[in-house]
Amino acid sequence: MSALQPSELDRPTLARDRSAADADLKSVSAALRRAEFGDRMRSLLLATPLLVLLALSFGIPILLLLSRAVYDPTIADALPKTTVALAGWSGQGLPGDDAFAALAADLKDNQAKGTAYELAKSLNARLPGARSQVLKTVRKLESADGQAALEAMKSVPFWSAPSTWPTIRSGTNSLTSFYLLSALDLRWNAAGGIERVPPEQAIFIQVFLRTFFVAASVTLATLILGFPLAYLIANAPKGLAAILIVAVLLPFWTSILVRTAAWTVLLQKFGLANDFLLFIGVISDRLDLMYSRIGLIIAMTHIQLPFTLLPIYSVMRTIPPSQMKAAYSLGARPFTAFRRIYIPQVFPGVMAGCMLTFILCLGYYITPALIGGASDQLISNFIANYVNVELNWEMAAALSFILLVFTLALFGIFARVLGLDRLKLV
Amino acid sequence: MSASQAAAPAHGAATARPVLASAGPGFVEFAEVEKSYDGRTFAVTRMNLSVARGEFLTLLGPSGSGKTTTLNMLAGFERPTHGTITLEGQPVDRLPPYQRNIGMVFQNYALFPHMTVEENVGFPLSVRQVSKADIAARVGRVLDMVRLKQFGDRRPAQLSGGQQQRVALARALVFQPSLVLMDEPLGALDKKLREHMQLEIKQIHTMLGVTIVYVTHDQSEALTMSDRVAVFNQGGIAQLGSPDDLYNTPQSSFVASFIGENNTLEGVVDRVSGEQCRVQLNGGGEIAALAVGVTQGSPCHVAVRPERLNLSAAADGGNALAATVDGRIYLGDHLRLLARLANDQVLTVKLGPEATMANGETVTVSCAPNDCRAFPADAGTGGAIPKQGKTT
Repeated sequence: MSALQPSELDRPTLARDRSAADADLKSVSAALRRAEFGDRMRSLLLATPLLVLLALSFGIPILLLLSRAVYDPTIADALPKTTVALAGWSGQGLPGDDAFAALAADLKDNQAKGTAYELAKSLNARLPGARSQVLKTVRKLESADGQAALEAMKSVPFWSAPSTWPTIRSGTNSLTSFYLLSALDLRWNAAGGIERVPPEQAIFIQVFLRTFFVAASVTLATLILGFPLAYLIANAPKGLAAILIVAVLLPFWTSILVRTAAWTVLLQKFGLANDFLLFIGVISDRLDLMYSRIGLIIAMTHIQLPFTLLPIYSVMRTIPPSQMKAAYSLGARPFTAFRRIYIPQVFPGVMAGCMLTFILCLGYYITPALIGGASDQLISNFIANYVNVELNWEMAAALSFILLVFTLALFGIFARVLGLDRLKLV
Repeated sequence: MSASQAAAPAHGAATARPVLASAGPGFVEFAEVEKSYDGRTFAVTRMNLSVARGEFLTLLGPSGSGKTTTLNMLAGFERPTHGTITLEGQPVDRLPPYQRNIGMVFQNYALFPHMTVEENVGFPLSVRQVSKADIAARVGRVLDMVRLKQFGDRRPAQLSGGQQQRVALARALVFQPSLVLMDEPLGALDKKLREHMQLEIKQIHTMLGVTIVYVTHDQSEALTMSDRVAVFNQGGIAQLGSPDDLYNTPQSSFVASFIGENNTLEGVVDRVSGEQCRVQLNGGGEIAALAVGVTQGSPCHVAVRPERLNLSAAADGGNALAATVDGRIYLGDHLRLLARLANDQVLTVKLGPEATMANGETVTVSCAPNDCRAFPADAGTGGAIPKQGKTT
């Protein structure tokens, strides 16, 4: 077979070459992917201990706690018979005697198991005053069975009140929106709609607004004080800049508790601040700086100043002096140059610093607790109170959840307006 | 020429005008200007300088010689501690930079990173309250001139170094200043691009007839672009003249060695006769040279350019020095021969590439006395203008 034309010989060879080249290319890119995958896995492996620690000590506990805001099985667990008995109830008026009997039996069981108090507390969280009624009924039921128990139940007016049974029924549902609504001063009404709680019971909206107001005031104050100082440091000769930076950071290195305690010394009625103001004659009567909103804002501003200042400073440092010189040489007056050339360039730093301070202020706890008055407590103080004093973790979780949502929403807005990549935190 | 003439790049060659306008009071005048930052040492000492309208003047000098301080005083960023600067006959000492109407191109361009190219170039117009339509038209024209029209909506960070440089140039020209200052504008560019931009700037200068004061430490850049060059040394002007003057008739050892390449021979002046002198070289040998401010019996430096040395027999009255070839450096278009003299000093001789001398060969290096310049030794290394005290 010597008659094969060169072209016939060539064609398959070329095709083979091309497919071989393609295969080579594929295997190269596959090898590259493998190598990159290996690199990624290795770096992930290095971060694993941290990720595990974060998940175990941070992520999971937070999720578990926050879940308590919407998942509360205490009542359902304590009242199994009542849960069954209420299944057929329309929700209007009072349920039938079987429900009363089931509740009596459940209450006796709880008393026997020693969980009656817990149930009373849990009901009380949803229905103020329920605790004493439950405990009273439990005592009455001690010596009563069957019909007597039913009569004992009926003899307590609380159990025939219109709001009692709807509350119990909603309590037997482990998934509840009760706490989240309460955190926003809302509740379910008898008609199944959501309504505002009466003004005398509404507290949280006001506390949230107060928290945002204090955080905004502190942010503004730190910006007004921090911006010129950052400018001074960024443009000072090296030695002076180092001293100023240390002066800014020095309080940063002491515990927040110590700094807050120091402010209580300064701000109290016969403290240094009042002494000084009297001495220079600005005031004639001593001011109530302690346990006041103004004292709280002063102390928080002091503590937060470095957080606002440092991001601004780090951005200012990157702006060469020739920028302003160029603006002047092109005919811009100092104010114009500042407004059109300097401010836009430091803006990401300003936003980063303000955001940092604002978000940190939303979670302030120690300083308001020690320096603020009763009407200056921020949302964190209420959360702490529910956790430590009232032992109502469901409410604490609900408030935390609302705070978290607000904070993330704000962060989202910041990031959206500015672009996360333009945020210059350090 | 008026600012309106200086402007309008669109008119292009129509506004071309002879460089170096006629004599008369300078467009820019420095009179006895001094600048001190600490009251004891002087960044600039007793400087007198006159810049003609339409001139391209370069301030050339090593770093710390006072050239940038001089530029900053002219721009208004620094105030002289003594003396007056006048611009178009008006003293400007009390005028802040934003009222001087001087365009400036900075070393790092100082483009505004948060603005597009168009906004950068339009900035000087918008602060002058020019209408939007006018700004767009003038920005378009000047971007056209620097060939960046299609980059108008980019940000500076998206441009190459050369393009950023052109934006800075456009921004300094768009408001039609009659004077433009440039502070080492090409320092950050690579060699090829730098040479290209030198020609481009020179072209724009010729086209617009604008006065340019240019600062650089690169002597070849100064020679390429300038009508006149002021060589700075230690806070004062060592010599002011055309590139040709500076290269061929340097007035001091400093200028001779700073501009171009020079061989320096140390010796003592034997006798001065008219323009010429004879110098006894340290370590033996004698040479005839032009006397540039030397006196009999004083130590001196004799400077001679490598291309003025040759290996052919000396003409009548020419200098001839015996030497051995110490090395050859082949550079394609020419050859550099290292010739070691009897006193162990090595001279560089620039020869045609066809020269065949081998290492170790004995040669005679010769040169005409008019190509050798003898300078006083004291001013040679230290600089042409000694530092003055405030008491003067």
